[in-house]
Amino acid sequence: MERSEAELIAAVLAGDASSFEPLVARYSPRVFATARRYARRESEVEDIAQEVWLKAFDKLKTFRNEAPFEHWLMRMTVRTCYDFLRAHQRNRESSFSDFSEEQEDWIDRIMTAPDGDSDQAAAAKLLVDKVLEKLSPDARLIITLLEIEDRSVREIASLTGWSVPLVKVRAFRARGEMRKILARITKEKYL
Amino acid sequence: MKLKDLQEKLIQAARDNPPVDHVPYAFEKRISALVQDRPGSGCISQWVRGLWRGAMSSVAIALLCGIVAFILASTPKPASDDLSQNFENTLLASVDQGDSSP
Repeated sequence: MERSEAELIAAVLAGDASSFEPLVARYSPRVFATARRYARRESEVEDIAQEVWLKAFDKLKTFRNEAPFEHWLMRMTVRTCYDFLRAHQRNRESSFSDFSEEQEDWIDRIMTAPDGDSDQAAAAKLLVDKVLEKLSPDARLIITLLEIEDRSVREIASLTGWSVPLVKVRAFRARGEMRKILARITKEKYL
Repeated sequence: MKLKDLQEKLIQAARDNPPVDHVPYAFEKRISALVQDRPGSGCISQWVRGLWRGAMSSVAIALLCGIVAFILASTPKPASDDLSQNFENTLLASVDQGDSSP
């Protein structure tokens, strides 16, 4: 019979480390999906997921049964992803001249193709990944959680550990940062 | 196209393409192996870790106290602060005067 989440956690806390495996199997898809929003290479995604689970194991005794385990785990996942973004901040400090001709062609396709066109959607997806890479860690996290995942400000505050006013301020700045990047791309392309 | 429209299109594209939730084969086995090799998964090792932490902080406090005592001991005190010496000088002042007079 499948053991409940609370039973598994209690067993791990009592020293039975093998009871951690079913928890990993149950919640890893969500951890991996979240990590893939912030890291592109599969090796980086796996590193993030591994770090999340090792942290979860080490801090399991701090887990209170007041909220579901999944919420607690997702908070840890988002914070680990944020740490990853901050650690890899240097990689985004490159200019837009590193856009290849093909990548510059995406902007043309988005601008000219009619809405709903599959070509346009594919180009937009490729471009948004590139733009997100250029954002600062704070801005990327906020844009992903607020705009792409459509979460509320309160939810983001709970996930990140930031206060509600700080989330609002960072969201305002993040939108501005994104527009500035888009302005630079389009200017380089059309001026 | 306005910048805002472009931004909206890009956000929509990201929304329409959520990341896959595929987990690598036997990932949970790998984590399980790492967790079991990890020090501190049992009660005894946690107790030992706590004991070590206590011992280390005790040593640090003892060292700090030693350094403070050493500094205080090596600092020369002004003569006027020495009460016993002052008392002795006062008592023997008349004797000293008697010795020095011809």
